[in-house]
Amino acid sequence: MSTSTTTPRPGPPPLDLDPTVVDRARRLAARLGDPVVTMAREHTTVSVERATLRLAGLTGADHEGVPWVNHLVDAVVDQVGLQHGVALPVWDALDREEAPDLAGLARRAASGAVSFRLPERGQRSRARRAATSAVRTGMRRLDRQRAARDRLVTRLGDPPRRPWIYLIVATGDIYEDMAQAKAAARGGADIIAVIRSTGQSLLDFVPEGATREGFAGTYATQENFRLMRAALDEVSRELGRYVRLTNYASGLCMPEIAALAGLERLDMMLNDSMYGILFRDINPVRTFVDQRFSRQVHARAGIVINTGEDNYLTTADAVDAAHTVTVSQLMNEYFGREAGLADWQLGLGHAFEIEPDRPESFRMELAHALLARQLFPDAPLKWMPPTRHMTGDIFRGYLLDGFFNLAGAMTGQSILLVGMMTEAVVTPFLSDRDLALQNVNYVLGAAGGLTEDFRPPPDGFIQTRARQVLAEAVGLLETITAEESGRGWAPLLEAIADGTFGHMRRPADQGKGLDGVARKAEGYDNPATTLLEEWVAEQGGGR
Amino acid sequence: MSTGPQPEPAVVRPYGDTTGDGMVQVSFTLPLPHDKRAEGAALQLAQKMGMSPAMLVHAKAMGPEHTFFVVYGSVTHLVDLSAVQVVERDFPLLSPKEVNAAIKKQLRRPLVVVGACIGTDAHTVGIDAILNIKGFAGEKGLEYYSEVQVVNLGAQVLVPELVERARAERADAVLVSQVVTQRDAHIHNTTAMSAAFREAFPAGQAPLLVVGGPRFEEGAAAELGVDRVFGRGTTPAEVASYLVHALVGEGRARP
Repeated sequence: MSTSTTTPRPGPPPLDLDPTVVDRARRLAARLGDPVVTMAREHTTVSVERATLRLAGLTGADHEGVPWVNHLVDAVVDQVGLQHGVALPVWDALDREEAPDLAGLARRAASGAVSFRLPERGQRSRARRAATSAVRTGMRRLDRQRAARDRLVTRLGDPPRRPWIYLIVATGDIYEDMAQAKAAARGGADIIAVIRSTGQSLLDFVPEGATREGFAGTYATQENFRLMRAALDEVSRELGRYVRLTNYASGLCMPEIAALAGLERLDMMLNDSMYGILFRDINPVRTFVDQRFSRQVHARAGIVINTGEDNYLTTADAVDAAHTVTVSQLMNEYFGREAGLADWQLGLGHAFEIEPDRPESFRMELAHALLARQLFPDAPLKWMPPTRHMTGDIFRGYLLDGFFNLAGAMTGQSILLVGMMTEAVVTPFLSDRDLALQNVNYVLGAAGGLTEDFRPPPDGFIQTRARQVLAEAVGLLETITAEESGRGWAPLLEAIADGTFGHMRRPADQGKGLDGVARKAEGYDNPATTLLEEWVAEQGGGR
Repeated sequence: MSTGPQPEPAVVRPYGDTTGDGMVQVSFTLPLPHDKRAEGAALQLAQKMGMSPAMLVHAKAMGPEHTFFVVYGSVTHLVDLSAVQVVERDFPLLSPKEVNAAIKKQLRRPLVVVGACIGTDAHTVGIDAILNIKGFAGEKGLEYYSEVQVVNLGAQVLVPELVERARAERADAVLVSQVVTQRDAHIHNTTAMSAAFREAFPAGQAPLLVVGGPRFEEGAAAELGVDRVFGRGTTPAEVASYLVHALVGEGRARP
């Protein structure tokens, strides 16, 4: 039994939206997403294959920090190619007793001492069975961790009120992070996010071990995940509520990090369908393939994803681009559900980023926040604080954060990322975090029940603005659907190539990580994909 | 003291609500549990910071081991205005129209600007504020200037890639932004970048190198090996005016 993370709203929905328009928006999102899913199914990536080996239990790195999964996948790709998947060549080599186990095979492969081949007939069946059995061990561990979370939540309980309070720690040193995370949890945080070291998204390997050096964040590694989860388990028992842990399944190693998160019982993962493409210039095909696999893993592991719509508003105007947030939420919902995520796992994002000097800015924020709330009633929406208009005037920033908190309380948001008055000034002081929590606690304590009273009048400013944003979102979806398929790509990929999102042009045949993508050959085999697809189908996911 | 108009004084003190009262506020945290001793420690620190008398107006425990303080007080220090050193803008501020006209008249071709965030910094907010049409602080970015040709390479650009692009585009100026930085990464990145340009271009032929970001000191250009450093709050018009000053016509003879 999984716990829901949504806010119960009493009474009828606050916005008067035309259900046929809402329905049309979802149909258009499905029409745009469908060919992208087809494309994702037809390709694999080095990171998907490495994640498969991680699920089969291959861990560790050589003395230079290059993970064994990288060595093994590289060796197979060199000799057999990526297009068949690595499972058959790897377990065939084990069957031929090239090495006693996966770790030994990876070591020998790294020095070029193993010859890989694509097995046929009986040898193929044997390799396939052995690979499936190895990967199933990892899947069972995902299931056990999910069950352990459910048990802990049952025993310790969920946070007593919503929205849940989400705080970031990021010192670069996992041991320092653990101390800060425990302090933050004692101070009232329900969710701890460990920000990754800047630049990790572009590493084509997952660093290994406990790390004490990072830039503006701490590396995501399996050991860091384990250490932080253990620290939070300790403080959860002390506090009598289950404190959740968040990290980032994004960048070039998205599938592997998703697998590690599931294996180490992380609870939420940042995982957006287009963020890497737009903001990290990662190849679109690579992103969508990695995305789908990682979401299937999250689905099975009971992890809530957090999507990154707030990022659009850091580069585009929050009023002009409000509808692009809605479009992205709809796409994230489509891709998420297709990958087997239940609605309670779809932490769609949005943000409080309207220029504060703009007249009626707060009313517009309320309209946008309510629109998201009502379009996705069962999704644990993640409400992100102002960053763009935090100027260094910390006093004004504190007020702005108060209004952000109030909007979150009034519109029934599910997860509230705590804004810092020192945003864009310094990494938060201990006191900044304490003051920020006081701000949240005051607002939620004083006005947390306002969802009950806050009913914008029909055809008033808020209702009208929300309908306008929804109409613009449908308009944009229609425009993209009608996009000329000049390069033979899916319309969504054509639109991404033409700079429709965030004004960034990202053609499907460019970007980082493209050389790690292959179209699957006839007979491609990957037991992780097979087991995940079966599981998703059992949950009623897929198309 | 008289309240009439006065000549600018040579020294000033902070202004609370009365001229010359020297009042300031500070807040800080000490790694001490909240008790009488911690409050005494806070007052001692305030006194050593030159606050006398100091008033402890707020003290709050933050967990078992830390205490947060707000202190008001009058500082004994005087600010000697004759000893204040700043980098004053040493070029005229031009409107977009004037910038375009100057380039058109004297350069007789578009001025090419290549911009990027280098290193691991993924925050394009600074470079975008200066380059994107959208701009910053109500001013349009350089893309808006008809006579400026902008190539914005975005974030996490490698230095060799930047040098190559600058050469291929025949850049007149290279703009580099560094927003989020830790352990002086912005300084290391910038010196590596300027060294790479010095190596790749014959002396005097490298593009004008301009860096910007909230952590830079504006007086550090020479140290960093660049032509100009812009700090927090720089607007696109300031950058455009500087480029005209440094690259076009009479301004060309750079100091």
